[in-house]
Amino acid sequence: MAKDYRFEKRRFVIGGIAVAIVLIYIIRLFNLQIVSQDYKKYADSNALYHNIITPSRGMMYDRNGELLVYNQPAYDISVVLKEAENNIDTLELCRSLHITKAYFQEQMTRIRNPRKNPGYSRYTQQLFMTQVSPQDIGEFQEKLFRFPGFYISKRIIRQYKYNIASHLFGDIAEVSPKELKKDDYYRRGDYIGKQGIERSYEKSLRGEKGVEILLRDARGRLKGPYKNGTKDTKPVPGSDLVLSIDAKVQALGEYLMKDKIGAIVAIEPKTGEVLCMVSSPTYSPELMVGRARSKNLGQLYRNVRKPLINRSIQGTYPPGSTFKPAEGLVYLQEGIIDPYTTKYPCHNGFIYKNLRVGCHTHPSPLSLIPAIATSCNSFFCWGLYHLIGDKKYGSSQKALTVWKNHMVSQGFGYRLGIDIPGESRGFIPNSDYYDKIYRGHWNGLTVISIAIGQGEILLTPLQIANLSAQIANRGYYYTPHVVKEVKGKSLDSKYTEKHRTTIDTKNYDYIVDGMREAVLNGTCRAGAIPGIEVCGKTGTAQNRGHDHSVFMGFAPKENPEIAISVYVENGGYGAVFGVPIGSLLMEQYLTGTLSEASKARAEYIRNRKIYYGNAER
Amino acid sequence: MATRNVNVWRHVDWITICMYLLLILCGWLSICGASFEVGQIDFFSFDSRTGKQLIWIFCSLGLGFILLMIEDRFYELFSFPIYIGMMLLLLATIFIAKDVKGSHSWLQLGPISLQPAEFAKFATALCLSRLVDSYGFDMSKPRFSIRLLLTILLPLFLIIAQKETGSALVYVAFFLVFYREGMPGAILFVGVSAVVYFVIGIRFQEELFCEGTTSIGYYAVLTLILFFSYGMMYVNHIKSDKAIRLGLISIGLLIASYLVAIYLIPFNQVYTIGTLDAALAIYLLYQWIARRALPFFFVALFTLGSVGFLYSANYVFTDVLEYHQRTRIKVLLGMIEDIKKAGYNVNQSKIAIGSGGFTGKGFLNGTQTKLNYVPEQDTDFIFCTIGEEQGFLGSSLILLLYLTFILRLLYLSERQPTTFGRVYGYSVFSIFLFHLFINVGMVLGLTPVIGIPLPFFSYGGSSLWGFTLLLFIFLRIDAARTTQYR
Repeated sequence: MAKDYRFEKRRFVIGGIAVAIVLIYIIRLFNLQIVSQDYKKYADSNALYHNIITPSRGMMYDRNGELLVYNQPAYDISVVLKEAENNIDTLELCRSLHITKAYFQEQMTRIRNPRKNPGYSRYTQQLFMTQVSPQDIGEFQEKLFRFPGFYISKRIIRQYKYNIASHLFGDIAEVSPKELKKDDYYRRGDYIGKQGIERSYEKSLRGEKGVEILLRDARGRLKGPYKNGTKDTKPVPGSDLVLSIDAKVQALGEYLMKDKIGAIVAIEPKTGEVLCMVSSPTYSPELMVGRARSKNLGQLYRNVRKPLINRSIQGTYPPGSTFKPAEGLVYLQEGIIDPYTTKYPCHNGFIYKNLRVGCHTHPSPLSLIPAIATSCNSFFCWGLYHLIGDKKYGSSQKALTVWKNHMVSQGFGYRLGIDIPGESRGFIPNSDYYDKIYRGHWNGLTVISIAIGQGEILLTPLQIANLSAQIANRGYYYTPHVVKEVKGKSLDSKYTEKHRTTIDTKNYDYIVDGMREAVLNGTCRAGAIPGIEVCGKTGTAQNRGHDHSVFMGFAPKENPEIAISVYVENGGYGAVFGVPIGSLLMEQYLTGTLSEASKARAEYIRNRKIYYGNAER
Repeated sequence: MATRNVNVWRHVDWITICMYLLLILCGWLSICGASFEVGQIDFFSFDSRTGKQLIWIFCSLGLGFILLMIEDRFYELFSFPIYIGMMLLLLATIFIAKDVKGSHSWLQLGPISLQPAEFAKFATALCLSRLVDSYGFDMSKPRFSIRLLLTILLPLFLIIAQKETGSALVYVAFFLVFYREGMPGAILFVGVSAVVYFVIGIRFQEELFCEGTTSIGYYAVLTLILFFSYGMMYVNHIKSDKAIRLGLISIGLLIASYLVAIYLIPFNQVYTIGTLDAALAIYLLYQWIARRALPFFFVALFTLGSVGFLYSANYVFTDVLEYHQRTRIKVLLGMIEDIKKAGYNVNQSKIAIGSGGFTGKGFLNGTQTKLNYVPEQDTDFIFCTIGEEQGFLGSSLILLLYLTFILRLLYLSERQPTTFGRVYGYSVFSIFLFHLFINVGMVLGLTPVIGIPLPFFSYGGSSLWGFTLLLFIFLRIDAARTTQYR
């Protein structure tokens, strides 16, 4: 048979088609596999499931090694709607979780509402219930296989040994969108310190998350580790904290402050460690844990007495007479007064022309030490008058600036830098301030009330305690801090740096003598503790309502171990609340216990109520 | 007789056999990759897909051996009986096969199930070869071409009746054989044109231009028709010079019409191009009648037929097709993104391949395929596994190996001394090419998702045996080529 050659050339067309097809496919492969990077990302988000392992949060101990804050497991339940829908017996689920059907429906509606739940997807886990207690989860866990699409994950919640120091500890809660944006360590649903130590030591407490990379198949089932777990990282537990707080002193402070508004701060002078920090009214730290948190928080927020405010660092008060030692130091340093020879008259007050600052009845004239002991207003007014009016400064403005710089060196007017958030700076007026108010025309008399810790001067209870500490130290202080040690790390050098004041040590001795005298024979007699040389200074701060009761002191006189400030709003004379409370706390700290008499006194103080009414504070 | 059998081993094309073995080996390794699950590594267990595929492979090798041992004349002599027998089997299958996901194509024979459709290909190829080889065969005579057409349409419809549309479409591949044997190129051109019209017409139908008056789809297709018609006039040497002139005038008119619409009164540009198409058709018909020259008629027929096709395709698409069919086409044409439903397979397959990168993730390390993101990954979507685990390098090499194999078949076909051998060789070539084209194209998201296997790679005994049968019969015929002119 003859071969047909007519169409022989068509083989090239046909071969060409085959070559063209393969060529096009190779170009396509090149595009998919090399040019485009998207598919690799899609593939990873498809197949790799990053199981985040949250490390356990650091615990907190008091200065004596007593455990204060620790962790307990709680359980979150999440649901994948795609798997759960029409697949479960709702009634049984509600029964095993001890919830009502209405609650179930409410949660489902919340999950489906994209405004309340921005990460909504039918295919991924959505949080259904959080922080279910181990008791409640038991039955549900047993029946979990009957509820497809429901998942349990463990998380850790805070537990507190004593119901104390909530302001200090602070709390943890779900990270906010703003915090999420700021730190990419967090993911939605993570917990973060919101207040107090939990917030300021967040980075130490949280540890490092671990990641377990798992393979996930097309139906979302996990199929084991990716690359045999070689890419996984182990979680690093958070560091434990040793607080400088003495739990017993703290507890006593809170005990004594019941039904009173105010604050107590005690500092160990030689280190700046805060021994107790009470803000009253307070609340139980446990209110901030668990599902009731937001409800409790709302209630506390609406409370007219504002229990959420940490008054010991956020409250700014007129220090009243507790400020007099600071004034005395400045007068001595500036040579305005001589500790023994300078005596100022007091005729029931400071009277100059038609200005009068009242004072109580006591012998007159007085020198510095008895003036502190009896808390003479007149003495300090004269001192300030002479300081501001002294010609060596050139002007009132310049004199006040000198005064102000001394005050700032003693830790007033600026934040001390304590290691918990929210500290106020208080207020120490400068000459610009007065120039603005009085249009440049003012003198010592115009601003005389600052001589006795009134007028524009505002201090936080922490600053008053710090004043006490630097007097106890005779001229220096350490930045107060509530964390003594982060286990495994050294303390921030900020807290080991000595701050010297601008006042010479020798000038402190007179002030200390004055404060000792106040306890022996002056206004602080009620503060005496048998066997301990207590030094103190009362304050009775005038304000629009009833006077505030203030006390500042330290003990013992030589090698002081505790410096304290007590501020009781509307408590009246310093001796009424301030002195006994301060004294009891010092006794507790120094002797480790209270004498029988002191116990009775403590109970008496605790039961004394101050009536504040229902006004917003 | 005996001497010829001995010669088989000397004359058989070992190059093709080596490539065949290599492809089968690569295929088996791909199945290992695709069916590998974490913690399960026993590829040789006969319970696993890989173990079973090994059995199919050894059976195929046995089958290949037997096929080479059979006298080459046998295939030529028995091509009609084989074809008829196979058609009867296909017919019977429709009725006796069990329903597997809606398809009636699997025959249960003891422990194994076979798909007769896979074996109908070689029978059809044999039958076609025999027909073309018959005395006085002439493609241009209708009685021969109709016979050819019926030969492929019969199995095609029988397989459609089994609800295996994908496998049925493979018979379209035989048109390439017809083309080689003398089918006018115009038919191939018309076929390709139809696909182009359909794709462009549907894809851009709803997109408008010229101030929203004109559908881009219609306009583009009608323009294509006009210029394809001029092109046909030019190629067929009917008024070549006039074709060029008319083409230029048409371009001028189209631009003028567009400018009028933009700056004066907006109107539907389809009117302009439609009028031009109609004018050309009328001119051609006039020329045909005036000159009694048939080519004018054919070009006019092409022009009018194309326009008719465009409108009827649109009608079918919008009014005849079911919603899900329409969706499938729309997804394929990129008109809608439907990652969850119709486009899921293709999308996942693209992700798997795309994530392979240049060198791939390594054998058994593919995450997408291993974790079942790609459905049917060891059958129709087997190429995904290669793409993911072997990367661009590996998958390109596989494609090139395939190309070499196919071109080798083309070369072997052309060296056949007999028409029978050549036609059969071309049939084998076309079937492999079609499978490669559709299967890999589907995995790469370029061709429609038609469920046909990738020869030697996709898991399954029937397809492997079917392709082995197809190939080794050709190799046997080829081995006997020197004995033809004794």
